[in-house]
Amino acid sequence: MSSTRPDALPDGGKLSALNDWVNARFPLKKMWDEHAAEYYAPKNFNVWYVFGVLSMVVLVIQLLTGLFLTMNYKPSSAEAFASVEYIMRDVEWGWLIRYMHSTGASAFFIVVYLHMFRAMLYGSYRKPRELVWIIGMLIYLALMAEAFFGYLLPWGQMSYWGAQVIVSLFGAIPGIGESLVEWIRGDFYISDITLNRFFALHVIALPLVLLGLVVAHILALHEVGSNNPDGVEIKNTKGPDGKPLDGIPFHPYYTVKDLVAIVIFLIAFASVMFFAPEMGGYFLEHANFEPANALKTPEHIAPVWYFTPFYAILRAVPDKLMGVILMGLAIGLFFLLPWLDRSPVKSIRYRGWIHKLALTLFAICFVGLGYIGVKPAVGIYPLLGRIFSVGYFAFFLLMPFYTRIDKTKPVPDRVTYHD
Amino acid sequence: MTRWLLALLVLAGLPGFASAAGGGAAYEHANINLSNQASLQRGARNFVNYCMGCHSAQYVRYNRLAEDVGLSEDQMVTNLMWAAEKPHETMEIAMPGSDAERWFGVTPPDLSLIARARGKDYLYTFLKGFYLDDTRPAGVNNIALPGASMPHVLWELQGLRRAQIETDAEGHEVISGYETVVEGQLTEEEYDSFVLDLVNFLVYIAEPVKLERERLGVWVIFFLLVFLLMSYLLKQEYWKDVR
Amino acid sequence: MTAEVDTSRRHFLTVTTAVTGAVGAGFAATPFLASWKPSARAQALGAPVEIDISKLDPGAMARVKWRGKAVWVLHRTKEMLDTLPAVVGELRDPESVEPQQPDYAANEFRSIRPEILVVVGNCTHLGCAPIERFDVAPEDLGADWRGGFYCPCHGSKFDLAGRVFRGVPAPLNLAVPPYRFLNENSILIGDDTGVA
Repeated sequence: MSSTRPDALPDGGKLSALNDWVNARFPLKKMWDEHAAEYYAPKNFNVWYVFGVLSMVVLVIQLLTGLFLTMNYKPSSAEAFASVEYIMRDVEWGWLIRYMHSTGASAFFIVVYLHMFRAMLYGSYRKPRELVWIIGMLIYLALMAEAFFGYLLPWGQMSYWGAQVIVSLFGAIPGIGESLVEWIRGDFYISDITLNRFFALHVIALPLVLLGLVVAHILALHEVGSNNPDGVEIKNTKGPDGKPLDGIPFHPYYTVKDLVAIVIFLIAFASVMFFAPEMGGYFLEHANFEPANALKTPEHIAPVWYFTPFYAILRAVPDKLMGVILMGLAIGLFFLLPWLDRSPVKSIRYRGWIHKLALTLFAICFVGLGYIGVKPAVGIYPLLGRIFSVGYFAFFLLMPFYTRIDKTKPVPDRVTYHD
Repeated sequence: MTRWLLALLVLAGLPGFASAAGGGAAYEHANINLSNQASLQRGARNFVNYCMGCHSAQYVRYNRLAEDVGLSEDQMVTNLMWAAEKPHETMEIAMPGSDAERWFGVTPPDLSLIARARGKDYLYTFLKGFYLDDTRPAGVNNIALPGASMPHVLWELQGLRRAQIETDAEGHEVISGYETVVEGQLTEEEYDSFVLDLVNFLVYIAEPVKLERERLGVWVIFFLLVFLLMSYLLKQEYWKDVR
Repeated sequence: MTAEVDTSRRHFLTVTTAVTGAVGAGFAATPFLASWKPSARAQALGAPVEIDISKLDPGAMARVKWRGKAVWVLHRTKEMLDTLPAVVGELRDPESVEPQQPDYAANEFRSIRPEILVVVGNCTHLGCAPIERFDVAPEDLGADWRGGFYCPCHGSKFDLAGRVFRGVPAPLNLAVPPYRFLNENSILIGDDTGVA
């Protein structure tokens, strides 16, 4: 890597003077270098490595569209549903902003799930990136809360009954359950009061938490450096200039590469948004086009698709409290992943067949649970739900054993890169 | 499956069929066309004449409707605006909900979003699916919505028919056919096309922007493809360094 | 690592992509900016209002609310109209040169029909509502006052055609909204289709 970049601008007199003036007062150049121009990322990133930046893109889309939606949305039970239709029909371009936000919600989970799976494929949660992983999991938790609170806002039937069911889960906690549920709702049922506070949490509290966590996630990542598909630490092999031999500056190499990924993502995003914004009832549920009715439950209620894996685990357990505990555990176990994994290697590339099989089965169980979660609990589904739940937990709980006995392949010193 | 679903609906005594996870196979396919403005105009007229006695479409503005279905303001005022005074008003109705509840047992729902909540095929099947049933307060029942409390408003057009009910092998009661009791003013084909226009209209009002959204989408994706080509070439250019 | 870099190609591609991206960002920003325009509902609520003037006697003034503003409809008497040429010398814009009215009201009466004045009742200084002072030569306004509008906030004065006097803070004549006569006795305020 040559130190002077070919595209560097010639030193323009006034511009560089302004630059110097700012940098004497604010670490602009330092930050730029630290996180972009001189942040050395492994050169062997593959396509799995685009989902981090894509989640940032979706975050920006959600913040921007959300901001504009609040300009016309009314967080009151009497007006909420109508105000959404007002946005969809009367506000100029309101429909586009709303569809961007609703498509963005699902897109967020798609890219985040793939981002998480990438970490599992290549052992990105392993030492020294445990905190990167844990902060990431906190982001995921905050995102789930954000999605849940936001889902009540359109005040449709699914909004209402989804909130009813999920809030009721807290009622399973022995002793304090019922009063806790009342406290969360601020009323004896999901009401105007509940809607108003969920709105505040959705538009102020959780976005702030999310932003803070995202900054922490990136700072932690840039402190330890990125993992890569080989799971090789590029910092271990440095050139005479002290820079990793297998690293390339994030800017311009990964900025231009990520740009391609972003455009491809936007094409997919636009395809859904413009041609199938309901996505067959998965992104916008049909029943949510009916205003909330506290006296009538829709006959088949299911959470939005991104919650269904956990919902299926909840349903697979015949006991209310145990169901809630296992559902919590299903999310909580992810936090322990860095310590459950005892394999000497990080990347799937150098692991043995046991881990590959385990990860494959886990993916099948996760997707399977997600599928069962949208289906009514009849026929073969409850049984399948239990089988998949067992598989899900087995992946985590047996991990310390199978990762230790698994036969691994030798890890090279340098990353493998071929064009 | 169909029968099982219908039985479930009857048991639950719940109207509606919305479900996130598919279904709807039981309904007759409504072959509508949103870009057929003549059909939308007829549908709008049918809606105003037959539905708006009881049902509102409170999110739909007359002037937007006229523009979208290709009616001039004068045409709209003479043909559609019975219940409103100004062209920019919404399609609300005067009947108070409490009256409706007394007459029908339920408040007739607003129909602005019915097509998005229930689907076009459901509506098509529902509007064609009335049959005589003395056990119901309105004297009719419906194949798509068992236990419906809505009277057969279009009976003069479709006529009235009685269902022939048989018990199948599994012990469920199923409708095997119909016998006409009163002839309708329209032939079956005419009635089907009447209902189709109405469904087309309901689908349009559920999302007036649909056609525009799809038109715009083509351009957005076209632009993004061009941008993709450029960014790809740019990436390839820079990555020459890495190779 | 290749030794040579085609700098001009690289530069060209960077610029093209950046420009296209900027165009795209501009397109993407448009809906957001446009969503601030008055919505269909705001337009419906701000739709033209009709006023019946059959009961409006000469010398009387009616107020109509249109788009959140008070619109005055004043039926001027012969005497009132006679004051208009008399005050011309004291006015800032007697010929209605400033675009404070539609073309059809840019005449000596600032109206379509001489006796019917239609103006927006907001002072052009800072938006207060002037009060009608049709009394001639009152104590507070002086012996020269021939009737008009007086703004209590900062003392701006307007004549009976809403034209502003010199030496007061208001810079412009009162605005005339678009309007038209539907028939002899009714005016539609906010709509002037068909008025030349």
